[in-house]
Amino acid sequence: MTAIVEVENLTKTYKDGLTALRGVSLAIEEGEILALLGPNGAGKTTLISALCGITTPSGGHARIGGHDVVTGWRAARHLVGLVPQEVALEPFERVINTVRFSRGLFGKGRDEALVERVLRQLSLWDKRDARTRELSGGMKRRVLIAKALCHEPRVLFLDEPTAGVDVELRREMWDVVRGLKAQGVTIILTTHYIEEAEAMADRVAVINGGEILLVEDKAALMRRMGKKTLRIDLAAPVAEVPEALAGYDLERVEEGAALLYHYDTRGEGTGITRLLQALAREGLGLRDIETRQSSLEEIFVGLLRKDAA
Amino acid sequence: MNLHAIRAIYLYEMKRFFRTIFESLLSPVISTTLYFVVFGAAIGGRIEEVEGVSYGAFIVPGLIMLSVMTQAISNASFGIYFPKFIGTIYEHLSAPVSFIEIVTGYVGAAATKSLLIGAVILVTARLFVEIEIAHPAMMVAFLVMICISFALFGFIIGIWSENFQQLQLVPLLVITPLVFLGGAFYSVSMLPPAWQTVALFNPVVYLISGFRWAFFGVADVSPGLSLLAVAVFFALCLAVVWAIFRTGYRLKS
Repeated sequence: MTAIVEVENLTKTYKDGLTALRGVSLAIEEGEILALLGPNGAGKTTLISALCGITTPSGGHARIGGHDVVTGWRAARHLVGLVPQEVALEPFERVINTVRFSRGLFGKGRDEALVERVLRQLSLWDKRDARTRELSGGMKRRVLIAKALCHEPRVLFLDEPTAGVDVELRREMWDVVRGLKAQGVTIILTTHYIEEAEAMADRVAVINGGEILLVEDKAALMRRMGKKTLRIDLAAPVAEVPEALAGYDLERVEEGAALLYHYDTRGEGTGITRLLQALAREGLGLRDIETRQSSLEEIFVGLLRKDAA
Repeated sequence: MNLHAIRAIYLYEMKRFFRTIFESLLSPVISTTLYFVVFGAAIGGRIEEVEGVSYGAFIVPGLIMLSVMTQAISNASFGIYFPKFIGTIYEHLSAPVSFIEIVTGYVGAAATKSLLIGAVILVTARLFVEIEIAHPAMMVAFLVMICISFALFGFIIGIWSENFQQLQLVPLLVITPLVFLGGAFYSVSMLPPAWQTVALFNPVVYLISGFRWAFFGVADVSPGLSLLAVAVFFALCLAVVWAIFRTGYRLKS
């Protein structure tokens, strides 16, 4: 795999003195979905803006497809599609025309077959002659994606694609993004919904205070950071955790109907076997057991806390 | 050179014009007619001739200039201000399109529109008065240069403006008075001597004078000086646009 986006020590300090990026380095592989995860004001949008030519970086370098975004801006930008966070569309223009306009702006000749394919893929074909102001919020976002896709980018930046979008639409958007990945488009999406990164990304970069805290394969990240919880539903509730199980750090929940056991998958042994044997010795009947991986959210909160400390 | 982008911007802007073709062309026709009724018929009846030209015909170049300048400015300034205002400017900034290409698209479209309006006014005027154009090629050259220069100027205003009021400010507070005081409806030589000197500080005097010279062969200042004035104004606007391009002024943070 080769890196299609390479960022080296990128910094950005705005005129008002605000430093939004403090030496960001990042390599994004061709064909992957990278989630740029961080709280509001972490520098996500600034990073994307610097890569797409909307802000000029103060220092460092960034290359897209081997072209420097400052010195080789034209070649770099030919490869890039950007879906901004704010919905911005010419209100009186028809959907199909605004998409055609984007294609022209990116230096591509007319290709009606492609425009139709993109609009169909985003379920916008029926709305092609509607004026953009007549569309619902979700449809408008799709138009923005269509505009970014119609010039056949190899790298697609999605800045908070589901901010302010309802749950159903969010899932739809995820399907769209997965479909794009299947076509080989490299996708960088920013989000502060951990659920979103978890649902879509191959890798996650956590950004805060203008710095990348870590970049890791999503599954590996969750495994590495992963605490798991074993939930034991008891046949009969217990008033308190039996004396013999005191060494296991059990948490009694639902008025003793269930016990929670937290363990670390990275540890030497999880202690589950011994725990279950001990439960049997105490004569506690089990109705059900369930294990649960801690979510990216918990990992993320943990990371930020560590970062703040 | 991203020709597709220039074409896309140009056609997009022209489409805006044709979408409202009726309003776009009707208003200059009506206002020209009104000026003819007021200045040509009502007042012009009492003025015999100005420098050997009937008053009705004499005001035609000034009328065309007035409309062309204001239209070029308002079209170009609105054209670039609107994407800034609604946020679609992100696309221009992220596209493989240079600032010069963006300027060419917007300014080209605004200049074309004002040129069309200028032509419509000339045709309308001919319904009222007889006009013989002494130097047709120079007339067209002056018109085209002024259309482009003022469209550039409008583009600068559109970049600079942070709200709709600022967008209106320069055309309303600067251009209209300068055109009215610039000899659109009279010859500078009709002014008292002291005011003639003051008038020479008004750059629009040179533009109208040159344009009128192309029509009737008479001028307040020499045609060469007029050409120089247009060229200087054009160069100034280009320089400012270049500076905006270098610094990303009010476009990039």
